[in-house]
Amino acid sequence: MSYSEKVLDHYEHPRNVGSLDKGDAQVGTGMVGAPACGDVMKLQIRVGKDGVIEDAKFKTYGCGSAIASSSLVTEWVKGKTVDEALQIKNSQIAEELALPPVKIHCSILAEDAIKAAVQDYKSKHGSVLEAPACRENCKG
Amino acid sequence: MSLHLPVYLDYSATTPVDPRVAEAMIPYLTEKFGNPASRSHSYGWVADEAVERAREQVAALVNADPKEIVWTSGATESNNLALKGAAHFYSGKGKHIITMMTEHKAVLDTVRELERQGFSATYLAPEANGLLDLEKLKAALRPDTIIVSVMLVNNEIGVIQDIAAIGEICRDKGILFHVDAAQATGKVAIDLQQLKVDLMSFSAHKTYGPKGIGALYVRRKPRVRLEAQMHGGGHERGMRSGTLPTHQIVGMGEAFRLAQQEMATENERIRMLRDRLWRGLSSMEEVHLNGDMEQRVPHNLNVSFNYVEGESLIMAVKDIAVSSGSACTSASLEPSYVLRALGRSDELAHSSIRFSLGRFTTVEEVDYAVELLKGKISKLRDLSPLWEMYKDGVDINAVKWAAH
Repeated sequence: MSYSEKVLDHYEHPRNVGSLDKGDAQVGTGMVGAPACGDVMKLQIRVGKDGVIEDAKFKTYGCGSAIASSSLVTEWVKGKTVDEALQIKNSQIAEELALPPVKIHCSILAEDAIKAAVQDYKSKHGSVLEAPACRENCKG
Repeated sequence: MSLHLPVYLDYSATTPVDPRVAEAMIPYLTEKFGNPASRSHSYGWVADEAVERAREQVAALVNADPKEIVWTSGATESNNLALKGAAHFYSGKGKHIITMMTEHKAVLDTVRELERQGFSATYLAPEANGLLDLEKLKAALRPDTIIVSVMLVNNEIGVIQDIAAIGEICRDKGILFHVDAAQATGKVAIDLQQLKVDLMSFSAHKTYGPKGIGALYVRRKPRVRLEAQMHGGGHERGMRSGTLPTHQIVGMGEAFRLAQQEMATENERIRMLRDRLWRGLSSMEEVHLNGDMEQRVPHNLNVSFNYVEGESLIMAVKDIAVSSGSACTSASLEPSYVLRALGRSDELAHSSIRFSLGRFTTVEEVDYAVELLKGKISKLRDLSPLWEMYKDGVDINAVKWAAH
């Protein structure tokens, strides 16, 4: 399996690894994937009073592309409002990282992680978002 | 001292040719190039003498009669010749074959082919430590069972099966017993005068000989008959036609001679290195050994690193040449069928590494591998939400995961 330079860079130097306090009302936590499928992503965002994402952290159990996809989205969501963050599409992630077709599911998972984190944040503030759809490409 | 990277810890895949072996082979490529089947001149006689000397050297390592050794192209061909040759010859007696789920593909795929030809097969599951429960073997025997095939040393987990006991069970019932010993030569003492083994497969390149040469032991007393799978000039008493590759055969003979001469001291040294490797790796948390530690060759360590994903682990250890428990296919990772047969979860099977040490492995290389693994595993675990959950006391198997 050959990886693009960008995947290797994120894999070697992952950005924003870590955890935020999931009990904090300003923090939204998204956990997507399953161990048996070979990928689990945890994405956390901290949203300021103005609705702008101030900080993002991730942890990922998965292949190099999964690590890179989640590392990349922590960079992308910072400075965006939660609604802007929801506009990030897996195709943009896949394009930025030059993911091969067999690794597209990693970018889909990263998009799902953003949705799950925003949903968690919004549920703490009284609004509900649609749950991400199940995917068929589980390896387990 | 600077190490040559990647550090080679994959001796079970193949070994380098020992320089002494290479040296012995060279004259048979250039000056002594005769065809050993040429009976009418000295070129042929010289080559034939070399072939017969090598046959004695191979036979000596396993305490067999040289007349019981048939040259082949390697252990895969030996396994094919043994299983297909015997199944075809004895098909009038019965059509049932017994083997194990953890055998090498060269045995499993050959048995599958025999199933397609009308034979039936039983694939026995190992115990959690990789070993065969003899009671399960006895229970699987049928009146129409003609062959049992069990490997001596497993290529992935290095466990040693009790072929002495299996041989007794088979001989008692008049069933042929084939053993794939490709991973065993030079590591485990083999005495075919004592063992009730009828057919045994050997390879040169796992024991510091060249690739492309192997042998099949075919017992003479009691006599085992095979139907040839390769037809032609009737070489090897009709069992395997084809011009003998003298230089390869000389290489295998010399490699097996060296193995016999050096195996006792070499195994001690390698066991010391393997124990050092295991001490280093097992100082980390959640590191699991696959396969029995006692009934195991000293060269092999197969380890699963929990909460680390297999593919990212392979990426992380690119400075050591090892085998992974998952075969990277184009679409996804396939966990090792051997580890799955032991009952390991897909996650643990994926995150496994086979370290296999050998003649040229050094203490420095082992220490390098330990330090590399410690650093990379720690980094990947810092990245792993599963490791965080484990550390927080969450039971990951109790979590309801959404399939994606």
